[in-house]
Amino acid sequence: MVAVRSGSGETRRLPGVEGVWVFVAADMVFFALLFVSFMLGRQEATAVFEASRQTLDVNFGGINTLILLTSSWCVVLAVEAVKRNALDQVPRLIAGAFLLGVAFMVSKALEYGGKIKAGISMLSNDFYMYYFTLTGIHLLHVFAGNILLIVLWNKARARQFSADRCVVLECGATYWHMVDLLWIVLFPLLYLLR
Amino acid sequence: MIRHVTTLVWLFLMLATIATTWWLSKDGFSPRVGTVAIFAIAAFKVRLVLLYFMELRTAPLPWRLIFEAWVLLATAAIVGIYLSTPPVASA
Repeated sequence: MVAVRSGSGETRRLPGVEGVWVFVAADMVFFALLFVSFMLGRQEATAVFEASRQTLDVNFGGINTLILLTSSWCVVLAVEAVKRNALDQVPRLIAGAFLLGVAFMVSKALEYGGKIKAGISMLSNDFYMYYFTLTGIHLLHVFAGNILLIVLWNKARARQFSADRCVVLECGATYWHMVDLLWIVLFPLLYLLR
Repeated sequence: MIRHVTTLVWLFLMLATIATTWWLSKDGFSPRVGTVAIFAIAAFKVRLVLLYFMELRTAPLPWRLIFEAWVLLATAAIVGIYLSTPPVASA
């Protein structure tokens, strides 16, 4: 591992490969358009949106945020461990990130279950249409991320990562942080904006 | 050293989440003040994830700026539309 340093400081470097960043940027633009669409929908029917919002349980939203933040942090620690060549720690950290990802899905399933039991669906009104669509698309991202984490966990156990071979891990990390980041906006948008 | 920085960032993100979810969203704050504060904090959180977790702080500047612009535009759009929407008459 040769650290190239210029006179003014460390070299600037984009983690992973550029293609992943292009994908992440495009996905984020797509979500931003959904956020705007939700806000414009709310403008048309503020009272309905507010009444429906109040039926959501902020505890689910808040705890899910804490879960994803901690999962992201585990991935950060995994990347840092690989770069220090502390390879023993890596599978455990990725497993932790994965289990938290699963916890997010379980919590979402409980939340959806409660809504459906109360007779609420996507068709109930525009707010719930947005609620189920936005959280549903996000949940698919979490699901894909969990599969990715299993792949990374297997690679980590097979010792396929090291300080100079961590591009694949970095790509997965970038994607997983994006999933976290989108929820950081989605949660206040749906649950807290009053 | 880096480990400590990202752990501090994580700790801050957790505390900021707890404050917005179980404090700023409550009736002690007027909806407008609470909501704008919540989105300002959310934007700051997203920026921390981008800069520290996704390592854009040490990435080539154009990449960093693209993502910082996203935070700015997304937040401005949400808060802008929110503030231009008449408040709900309290029940």
